Amino acid sequence: MKVSTFLSAIALLGMSLSVVAASVPDDQVATLRKAPLNVEPTPPIMQKVINSDVKQVRNYPMQPPVIPHKIDGYQIDLKVNKCMQCHARNSTGHSQAPMVSVTHFMDRDNNFLAELSPRRYFCTQCHAPQLDAKLQVENDFVDIDHLMKAKSTDKQ
Amino acid sequence: MLAKLFAKLKLIWRVVNRPSVHYSLGFLTLGGFVAGVIFWGGFNTVLEATNQEQFCIGCHEMENNVYQELQSTIHFTNRSGVRATCPDCHVPHNWTDKIARKMQASKEVWGKVFGTINTREKFEAKRRELAEHEWDRLKANDSLECRNCHNFDYMDFTRQSQRAAQMHSTSLASGEKTCIDCHKGIAHQLPDMAGVEGF
Repeated sequence: MKVSTFLSAIALLGMSLSVVAASVPDDQVATLRKAPLNVEPTPPIMQKVINSDVKQVRNYPMQPPVIPHKIDGYQIDLKVNKCMQCHARNSTGHSQAPMVSVTHFMDRDNNFLAELSPRRYFCTQCHAPQLDAKLQVENDFVDIDHLMKAKSTDKQ
Repeated sequence: MLAKLFAKLKLIWRVVNRPSVHYSLGFLTLGGFVAGVIFWGGFNTVLEATNQEQFCIGCHEMENNVYQELQSTIHFTNRSGVRATCPDCHVPHNWTDKIARKMQASKEVWGKVFGTINTREKFEAKRRELAEHEWDRLKANDSLECRNCHNFDYMDFTRQSQRAAQMHSTSLASGEKTCIDCHKGIAHQLPDMAGVEGF
């Protein structure tokens, strides 16, 4: 008796939830999609990758620097790491590309290795090329410098 | 044995050396000319037929490995629809060089017959060696096949990215480097590059 009441209560709850889900307006279902789920919208025009080769300012000191050039077809696998053709220590002379930072040579116990640490091998895990695209979602990130400045002005 | 062979050769020489009894000089000259045209035409037709992508990917070794890898690269699909086929890069366009390469390719027929790379594993195991052959060839002929389309004299550095312009206007312009020195693996996947200069 008790079990069946419990089960029916769960069923009722589930049904009411599904009713709630169905009543969500279309424009809130998937904000980036901007179309009902059963409609295939025309995709936006593909954006061009920034290929300026000009370093971009980091948003915070630990941020992996973004890639200021195209990386189409760059092979990064067990056999070869295409990025390292320019960014390896002994390639930077002729390529004038920034060398991968020393942290990439450290294992998890902070010992320096002679070569890239396996855990830092796959560049695109952290580094990404950038698009010159309009932001789909507003970003309210505040630079630490601005925060500190705001704090010091507050004190005064 | 040797004497027998010698006698045979002597007989052939006598037949070839004697003036024709049954055929006129005109027939022989014109006939020879026509036969020559047919032979030459046939030869070139076959040469052209073996110089097409469809011929190259007629073997599964080429179709399932290198041809698949080519398809995602800019030399296969791009904004203007100009594409390179296998022989554009792998066979010299000049006649003498082409014949030389075709003669070398008899080794590839041998490989096909004996299944040197007839599985993916065998191909992967040989990838470095095969790639090195192509790098050596392009290094030796100053990347001739690249330059058939990418002519240095007509490169507009202002239309290139800064990085590319910097490299092309120095190392490439001075002849110190050739295309293949930097542009390895542009149309196919790279093998294990351990120990290759620049990697």
